[in-house]
Amino acid sequence: MEERAVFKNKLLPYLLIAPQIILTGLWFIYPAVVASYQSLFRSDPLGIRTTFVGVQNYTRLFSDPRFFSSLRVTLVFAVSVTVLSMFIGLFLASMADKPLRGRKVYRTLLLLPYALAPAVTAVLWRFLLAPRIGIIARFLGDIGIRWDYRLDGVQALFLVILVAVWQRIAYNFIFYLAALQSMPRSVIEAARLDGAGSKRTFWSVVFPILSPTTFFLLIMNIVYSLFEGFGIIHALTQGGPAGATEILVYRLYVDGMIYQNINRSAAQSVVLLVFVVLLTALQFRWVDRRVHYG
Amino acid sequence: MDSWSRVLRREWFAYVALSLAVVVIVLPLFVAVVGSTHDSGTIGRGRMPLWFGQHAGENYVQAWTMGARYGGAGVQRLIVNSSIMAFTIAAGKVLLTVLTAYAVVFFRFPLRNFFFWTVMITVMLPLEVRMFQTYKLVSDFRLLNSFAGLTLPWIVSTTGTLLLRQHLRALSRDLLDAAKIDGAGPMRCLWSVVIPAIRPNIAALFVILFLYGWNQYLWPLLVTTRGDMETVAMGLVKMLGGPEAATEWGVVLASAVLTIIVPVCVVIFMQRYLVQAFAETEK
Repeated sequence: MEERAVFKNKLLPYLLIAPQIILTGLWFIYPAVVASYQSLFRSDPLGIRTTFVGVQNYTRLFSDPRFFSSLRVTLVFAVSVTVLSMFIGLFLASMADKPLRGRKVYRTLLLLPYALAPAVTAVLWRFLLAPRIGIIARFLGDIGIRWDYRLDGVQALFLVILVAVWQRIAYNFIFYLAALQSMPRSVIEAARLDGAGSKRTFWSVVFPILSPTTFFLLIMNIVYSLFEGFGIIHALTQGGPAGATEILVYRLYVDGMIYQNINRSAAQSVVLLVFVVLLTALQFRWVDRRVHYG
Repeated sequence: MDSWSRVLRREWFAYVALSLAVVVIVLPLFVAVVGSTHDSGTIGRGRMPLWFGQHAGENYVQAWTMGARYGGAGVQRLIVNSSIMAFTIAAGKVLLTVLTAYAVVFFRFPLRNFFFWTVMITVMLPLEVRMFQTYKLVSDFRLLNSFAGLTLPWIVSTTGTLLLRQHLRALSRDLLDAAKIDGAGPMRCLWSVVIPAIRPNIAALFVILFLYGWNQYLWPLLVTTRGDMETVAMGLVKMLGGPEAATEWGVVLASAVLTIIVPVCVVIFMQRYLVQAFAETEK
């Protein structure tokens, strides 16, 4: 439905949107265009001469084993964080949805990690798991596990996933809880009367109703892992050991910041950009559907 | 509500599960508080007990005034900087978002949809995919190490625009028509009719955006090189710099506790707004 205009001014609406449009163009669109442009060139090490190389930065990227190892790490990280934090978040939300006393206290405490920056979360966990110093690291040593995430790639990847999941549960928990609480009780009671057990009621009645929330969270969590994982990894492992925790964003940062190779990092920017565009396209399709039927 | 014991008997599984989760969530925070009361030497030798020590005073004073030895400004400075940054980002985003949503909903003008989608597109352009190019721009404008450089590139909000557009659409048009008949112009209507009507939504949006600004990490890392411009998250991680054996854990943890207080208070006292904003973003 298209609503009529309330005001007839010709110039005023442009003045109203101008600040946001100018900032968007300047800080968002222009840099993204520059990145795409830079990805087609190569500069010599001193940055004096720049030559057009077409898609060569991309072909080099796609034939670089380091890129694929980084892609694999990103995939493992994103899938683990998304699946684990959503599953645990949903489980806890369905527990907190019950008529318990002290529900508010549980909710507040479980929501706390949402308030922290990923990098700050990483500092807290680093203190627990610093080899020989952290209390959990000491405990692991006592029961005979050699814990040193600075040397062991598998442990390092496990650690960054653990920290991200710990932080991300809060977000999934609160969204699922809100969805559960807005669900009509009659639906669940009807299923109960039909003799469905509580587990079956949950998976066959409640879970399908939650599917818009699940889909929304799926995309939000993937985007979180792709980008916000940076803070955790920068504060904990710096992508190491030997690239074991080097997700795409971190590699892009290292290529631009440490190796000062702006063209190679620009090509990676564009690759990441394609990922985000695909994910948001999915999300917008879903928003459209909701607007129509909701 | 039933009596304690009956609820407990019926829902014991939920209590056990939730309590376990709370232990896992609170443990790192608790251990950080404990650690902040021990001297760094004890911690560094791996001898920290799981109960509070005697060194809270010196750790917190050092954290507040100067930070750790190998990097990071004092928490005093970090908190001031992050407050300015978070407040400017949140207020700026809310203001521009309100203006955009107002124009898009209540006016008809050529290219209206084009401009709306231009703002929507920014959700596809996270800082991470254009960090060096945005950095270059800020440096060309000579805005490195300034609050303008820290905040200006963030004062655009896709989610905010989308949310407020929905709230404005749901607003009754009769309200505005009545104000118009009383002789109020568009800006007057915005200020005294529209904004009061959506004040709770604006508050909710502000809380979320404030936390968002407070927790920025990568951007301050890129555009600040001077200690006196550092912000909480990056300043805290900088304190871990230097040789690992020399990490002043007592001071680092005291700093962590101090910088965490602000967002934790937001979650505890503004929870209503947070939950409301969450419930809206998903729609």
